[in-house]
Amino acid sequence: MLTKRIIACMDVRDGHVVKGVKFQQLRHAGDPAELAARYNVEGIDEVVILDITATLESRRALADTIHAVAQRIFLPLTVGGGIRSEGDAAAAVDAGADKVSLNTAALKHPELITTLARRYGSQAVIVAIDAKRRGDGFAVYVRSGTADAARDAVEWAREAESRGAGEILLTSMDRDGTLSGFDCEMTAAVADAVNIPVIASGGAGTVEHFCEVFTRGHADAGLAASIFHSGSVGVGELKRYLRGQRIPVRL
Amino acid sequence: MIALIDYGAGNLTSVRKALTALGAEYATPASPDELKRFSALIVPGVGNFEATRALVGPWRDAIAGEVRGGKPLFGICLGMQWLFEGSDEAPDVPGLGVLPGRVTRLQGDADKRLKIPHVGWNALSFRSRGPYGYHTALLRALDDGAHVYFTHSFAAPVTDACVAETRHAETFAAVVERDNVFGVQFHPEKSSDAGLQILRNFLEVARAC
Repeated sequence: MLTKRIIACMDVRDGHVVKGVKFQQLRHAGDPAELAARYNVEGIDEVVILDITATLESRRALADTIHAVAQRIFLPLTVGGGIRSEGDAAAAVDAGADKVSLNTAALKHPELITTLARRYGSQAVIVAIDAKRRGDGFAVYVRSGTADAARDAVEWAREAESRGAGEILLTSMDRDGTLSGFDCEMTAAVADAVNIPVIASGGAGTVEHFCEVFTRGHADAGLAASIFHSGSVGVGELKRYLRGQRIPVRL
Repeated sequence: MIALIDYGAGNLTSVRKALTALGAEYATPASPDELKRFSALIVPGVGNFEATRALVGPWRDAIAGEVRGGKPLFGICLGMQWLFEGSDEAPDVPGLGVLPGRVTRLQGDADKRLKIPHVGWNALSFRSRGPYGYHTALLRALDDGAHVYFTHSFAAPVTDACVAETRHAETFAAVVERDNVFGVQFHPEKSSDAGLQILRNFLEVARAC
């Protein structure tokens, strides 16, 4: 049986892992390659590197970071943050990424999804959606959550799938960094609307939160950052709990 | 020395990295004539079966010749599908045909939320039936039920050559092994310790030749 995936995300700035709350207040949380190696031992299923600066200088630092992480782990590795063109994606893939995650660029140039899916296969193209609740819907934001994209998350996820995305990485901006639980309603709304896997992100604080998002939220994978970095929730402990709750996981 | 066949189907960075980590000596031959000087072949690949069209002709003939001569061949993901007669994904492109059967599209199951592509970690079920049973070279030192990382929409049927199967909405061949022909539908280079062990097992086979 296909297991539910537990994914560790590392927000990287200038070669260091950082973590903020609701996309603000960044603080240092360690070395990417060291953290990735630790997660591998603990049984993480995938690792995501998000470059949160994406200036020209940090692009080169990012390639070094991807390479350093890829040397240490034999797991699927996704890279996102500031991938604006086929060239940016190629640089990430050449450095060792298995998948690239598109966010702002996918909304601005949706044809980029198709271009990359043709070149690397849909399995290599994740469309990341940052959204927050508004009325009955879920408003999509871009540029690290600073600009309203005037799109609804469900409708945009459907379009991304039709253009060739292989997975959706859905982040709740309302919950990001709050440790108050995933937005299960939003996750379920998107997961039920598409036929590709949905990775839930934003708000993980306890093992129970993962259980909720896999059951009530219909998520295929759960992503977290700060709780894994700090060790407040261990990956192994989380997976053993989930198995006890009859959620299929790789142990 | 192992020949890693690069026919433009996806990125080989992670396969190279895993082989390097395991201390394997490998190179990417520029032309089919060079295959003679290698002791074993790996055909990797990600993406559409259409990409294997690049192998039709001299490459396919040369690889078939080396396999007939007894050299070990390991197909990974798309490379494993290519071992079969063909695929519904690109019906006019012939596979290598060293294993009988055709690759078909996986079916999902909306009621059970089983989606296509089949992406993620799933379990290997060793097959005790058939002529090869548990006594396989590729699965040495692995546990029945080990999890490995898949990402695909098409799959090969469970035949006598299948030594481990995996179930999504349907059951398909996850590991095949017949004489000197080996294949895995998943990505050993992305499957952590279990995947590295399978690669190590193939390297053992290659060294013995």
